[in-house]
Amino acid sequence: MIAPDNKEMVNITLNGIEVEVPNGINAVEAAALHGKEVPHYCYHPKLSVAGNCRMCLVEMGTPMRDRTSGEPILDEDGIQKIGWVPKPVIGCATNITPGMHLRTESDLVNECREGIMEFLLVNHPLDCPICDQAGECRLQEFATDYGRGYSRYVERKNVKPKRTRLGPRVTLDDERCILCSRCIRFSQEVAKDDVLGFVDRGSFSTLTCFPGKELANNYSLNTVDICPVGALTSTDFRFKMRVWFLKESKSVCTESSAGCNTLVSSREGAIQRITPRRNDQVNDTWMTDSGRELYKLVKADSRIRRPSFRGSDLPLDDAISQAFQTLKNKKIGVVASCHSSLEEQFLIKRLVEETGAKVYIRGHFGEDDGILLSADRTPNLRGALVAGLTSHYPSDNLNDLNDSISDGHIEALLVIGEDLKESGVNEDNLKKVSLVFLGTHQNSTSDCAEVVLPGLTVFEKSGSLINRSFFLQSFEQSIPCPAGLMTDFKILARLINLFSEDSIAPSELDEIWEALSSCENSVLKGITFLKIKKGAIQLNGSKWEHLSFVEKEALHYLPTGVITS
Amino acid sequence: MSVSTPKERRIILKHADDPNYSNRIGCYLREGGYGNLKKAFSMQPEEVGEEVLKSGVRGRGGAGFPAGMKWKFLDRKSGKPIYLICNADESEPGTFKDRQIMYKDPHQLIEGMMITAFAIGAKQAFIYIRAEFHEGARILERAISEAKKAGFCGNKILDSEYSCDLVVHRGAGAYICGEETGLIESLEGKRPNPRIKPPYFPAVLGLYQCPTIVNNVETLCNVRHIIEMGGEEFSKIGKPNNTGTRIWCVSGQVMKPGYYEFECGSLTLGQLIFDICGGLRPGRSLKAVIPGGSSAKVLRADERFSGTLKDGTEFDWGLEDIPLDFDGPMAAGSMSGSGGIIVMDDTVDIVEAMANVNAFYAHESCGQCTPCREGSLWMRKISQRMCSGGAREEDADLLLSVAKQIEGRTICAFGEAAAWPTQSFVTKFKDDFIRKATDSPKERDPKSLQLI
Ligand SMILES: Cc1cc2nc3c(=O)[nH]c(=O)nc-3n(C[C@H](O)[C@H](O)[C@H](O)COP(=O)(O)O)c2cc1C
Ligand code: SF4
Ligand code: SF4
Ligand code: FES
Repeated sequence: MIAPDNKEMVNITLNGIEVEVPNGINAVEAAALHGKEVPHYCYHPKLSVAGNCRMCLVEMGTPMRDRTSGEPILDEDGIQKIGWVPKPVIGCATNITPGMHLRTESDLVNECREGIMEFLLVNHPLDCPICDQAGECRLQEFATDYGRGYSRYVERKNVKPKRTRLGPRVTLDDERCILCSRCIRFSQEVAKDDVLGFVDRGSFSTLTCFPGKELANNYSLNTVDICPVGALTSTDFRFKMRVWFLKESKSVCTESSAGCNTLVSSREGAIQRITPRRNDQVNDTWMTDSGRELYKLVKADSRIRRPSFRGSDLPLDDAISQAFQTLKNKKIGVVASCHSSLEEQFLIKRLVEETGAKVYIRGHFGEDDGILLSADRTPNLRGALVAGLTSHYPSDNLNDLNDSISDGHIEALLVIGEDLKESGVNEDNLKKVSLVFLGTHQNSTSDCAEVVLPGLTVFEKSGSLINRSFFLQSFEQSIPCPAGLMTDFKILARLINLFSEDSIAPSELDEIWEALSSCENSVLKGITFLKIKKGAIQLNGSKWEHLSFVEKEALHYLPTGVITS
Repeated sequence: MSVSTPKERRIILKHADDPNYSNRIGCYLREGGYGNLKKAFSMQPEEVGEEVLKSGVRGRGGAGFPAGMKWKFLDRKSGKPIYLICNADESEPGTFKDRQIMYKDPHQLIEGMMITAFAIGAKQAFIYIRAEFHEGARILERAISEAKKAGFCGNKILDSEYSCDLVVHRGAGAYICGEETGLIESLEGKRPNPRIKPPYFPAVLGLYQCPTIVNNVETLCNVRHIIEMGGEEFSKIGKPNNTGTRIWCVSGQVMKPGYYEFECGSLTLGQLIFDICGGLRPGRSLKAVIPGGSSAKVLRADERFSGTLKDGTEFDWGLEDIPLDFDGPMAAGSMSGSGGIIVMDDTVDIVEAMANVNAFYAHESCGQCTPCREGSLWMRKISQRMCSGGAREEDADLLLSVAKQIEGRTICAFGEAAAWPTQSFVTKFKDDFIRKATDSPKERDPKSLQLI
C-alpha cells in the first residue's frame, strides 16, 4: 500500500532488458508484470509493507548524477553510469523510479534467497506430511527452488505451541509460523480488529492473541488464506482434504450485495471449502467467514431434493405441469427474489409478461459492517431492478401482497424461495391462494404449497449477479446438481412455454443473454455471457441513482451521492 | 607512564568525579551552567545549526554520523511537528559512558538538549532511558523539574516565546530499543521493531510519522560545548573529521578499567591499555581487543594493519599503534562504535568469548527479520555446543557462512552487529576454533562461562 496508484508508465531495466512499468509500483510487482517472479513471504499486495522476511532481496541501481550540478555522469561510451546499491535491497519496499536498474536473477540474488530459505527452515518442524498447507505452501515452493536439499543444522530445533486455538475458526501452529506478520497486519488494517501480536524475542517470537482477546471477527479466515505457510489453519478444513485433490471453480458469494469473488473447491461433487478470489474492484483478496459457510446449505437437512405435488413426490416434468395447472386461469401473483440470478429474474419477468401476473418482491437487510458484509443481504437486488421486476426499492416485507390477497386480487401465487409468513402474509390469506413454490430449502411457504419445485443452490448452477457497485459478475457451476433436478431458469422457461402458445422461451444461458442484450435502452446492451465470464462488467447504474440503497460506505463501495476524498 | 602519553582532557566528564560537585542544579549553575542556553537563544536557530555543522561533531551512539549534517536532513517542508529524542538506551556491551553523564551531570544533557531543540525547532523532546537505569531516570526527572522551575526548559524558556517540553521515557528493556527506529516504535508504545528504511528515515517519518532527530547522550552534551566554544574552535579539538573528545569505556583484563576522556586521536590503543589503564595483570599477555562495543570486529594482538587513510597518509600499525578516534579503528577494519573497549588477555578462551557475544545477540534480536532472527540463534547454538564439548572442525566455516548470510540483508544494523563478531573471531582465531574440535574434552569445561 506504500506504492501509489499510478498509471504513468516509465522505462526501467530489468535483468538487462529495458521494459515499461507503472511509475512508483514496487519492484516485486514490476518484475511480475514481465514474468519474473520475485519470491516473497511478508509482502501482500493488499497490506502495508513490512519488509521482514527478506526473501525478496534484489539488486538495484539508479542512473548516476553529479551531486552538485545534477548532471548525468557518463561512462567512456557516453552512457549514463548506474550507481548500484552495494547491498541487496528488498523488492517489496523498493518503488520504481524512471531509469531504475533491477536484477532479479543474479548470483548474489540467488545466494540471498538460498540463505533466507535455509534460515526459515532451521527451526521449522518440517511436518509437511501432516500439514494442511502442503501443496499450496510458499515455503515448500521456494524450498524446491532455493533449498539446499540437505541440512547443515545439527542443533536442536525450537519448540513452540503446536495447536493454539486463536478463535472459533482458526487454529495456530506456532512452529510453522515464519513470523511474516501478514495476519497481524490484516487484522489491523482490513478487519480493523487488532487482536494478534508477537510475544518474546528473536527466534523465540511467538504469534498469539492479546490477553483476553480472540480472533473471532467475521474475517478471521482470511488470515488462513494469506498465511504463506501452514501456521494458521481453518479449524473447519483442518486435516480434511489434500488440496491437490480439489477442483476449483469461480463463483460469487451470495451472502450480501458486496458480491465477493470466490473460488469454490470441491472433490467428487462435495464442496470442501470456499476461499476468496482476487478482484481489486470488489473484494481485493478477502471475504467474510460467514460467506464461506454457505456451501453447507447444499447438504442441509431442510434442502428440497424432490419435486412434489400435495405432499407426494413426482417427476419434475409432471410437477411443472401441475404448477401450470395450479396457476392457469387465475389472478396470478409472482413473488420474485433478489436471490435469483439475473437470468432467472429475466425469465420471471417474461413469465409475468406472458401471464399478466402481478410482481411482488422484498429485500432482506441486516447490519452493514463497512467492509464486505453489506446491509443488503441479497446478492442481486440490482439484478431485479435491471431485469425490470420492480422500479422502486424493495422493502423488508410483503405487506402489499397480503393486502392484495385480502382484497381478492390474487388467487394463485408462484413464490421464488421467499417465506411468506415471515414476510407479513397472514395465515388466513395463505389459505386463500393456490401456491406454487420454487426454491432450494423448506420453509413455511413450501410446507403449505400445492406444488413444490426444487431449485438449485448457487453452487449447482451458473449465471450472473449484479453487486452493490453495479458490477455484473458471473458464477460457474461447481458441483453437479442432484439427480433428476434442473436448473431454475429451465424450469421457468418450461413454465413460460406452457403459458404461451406462440413463443418459445430461451432456456440456455447464451440464448437468454441474446435476448437480454438485444433490448434497446437496456444497460445490458451488447453484453454476452462469455464476456462476463472473462471479468466483471461495470454497468451504468445512474438510472437507479435516486433509490435509497441501504448499503453504507465500505471497501470499494461509496453510496451514491458520497464524494470520494 | 611514558613521557609522550597525553593527559585526559575532560570536557563532558569535567565534573564527573569532583567530590564537590553533585547532580543538582546549584552545582551546575555555579560552574556557569545554562549560560550557553542563553547564548544560543541570542542566536538564530539556523546559526546554532551552522555552529554544530562547523564543529564537525560526529554522533557518539555508534555510527559516527556528523550531527550537524543529520539535522540538515530534517524535513521542514511537511509542516509537521518536529521531535527531538535523546538516545539514552546505552546497552551495547562494554559501554558505560552515557550513564556516567546522566547520573553525575544531568543538567549538561538537559542544556545540550534544549539548545538542540531550539536549533531544530522541536516543541517536544524525550529522553529515552534504558529500562535498567532506575536511578538515572529519577535523577533526570528531578533535574528536569529543577530546570523547569528555573525556566531553562518547558514553558517559555528564558522568558522567550519558545517552549519545549522534555519528558523522560523509561525504555522497554531490550538492546534493540537503542536502534533509533526501534526506539521510536517503543516510544510510540509498541514493540521496538526497527522500521524499514526507506521509507521510514527518522528525519522525515520518525516519531508519529513526523520529522525526528535522534541523538546519543554524549552527542547532545557536546552541543552545549560547541555553543560555548563556537563551532570553529571546537573543531580544533582532536583531528579533522574526528573532532572533540571521546569517552573510552575500558573493560576486561586491565589493571584499571574505567572511563577515560581524551581528545580524539590524541593517544593510541596501546597507550590507553598500557599507560592509562595500568596494563595487564602480571605475567599476562595481550590476546585481543574489541575496540567499539561488542558488535565491533575484534582485533588480534599480533595483527598488522596497513593501508591509506582518507587524507592520503599511509599507515602500518600494530594493534597498539591504532589511534583512538573515529577513523583509526575503522582503518584497522573495525570501528570505534560506542567507545566500549574490551581487553582480553591470554587466559581468555576465544571461542567462549565469542560464544558469550553470540548469546547476547541471539537473546536481543527483535526477531522481525529472518536472517538476524534465525542466524543469531543458530550461531549461538553452534558456539554454545562448541564450548560444551561438541565442537566439530567444520563449525568454523559454518559459523562464517551463517554470519555471511546475515550481513547486509537485514532491516537494521543489528544484523551486522551480530555477524561481525563471529566473522572476525573465527577468521582471526581460526586455529583456536579448530583446536576446540580436535583437542577439547568431549564435555563442558566446568570453568567456562555461564552463557545467557
Ligand atoms: C542494534 C543497535 C543498537 C543501538 N543502541 C544504541 C544505544 O544504546 N545508544 C545509542 O545512543 N545509540 C544506539 N544505536 C545507534 C542509534 O541507532 C543511532 O544511530 C544513534 O542513537 C544516533 O545518535 P548519534 O548520531 O548521536 O550517534 C544502536 C544502533 C543499533 C543498530
Ligand atoms: S501465522 Fe502465518 S501469516 Fe501470521 S505471522 Fe505466522 S506465517 Fe505469517
Ligand atoms: S536485524 Fe535483527 S534486530 Fe534488526 S530488525 Fe531485523 S531481526 Fe530485528
Ligand atoms: S517480501 Fe520483501 S521483505 Fe518480505
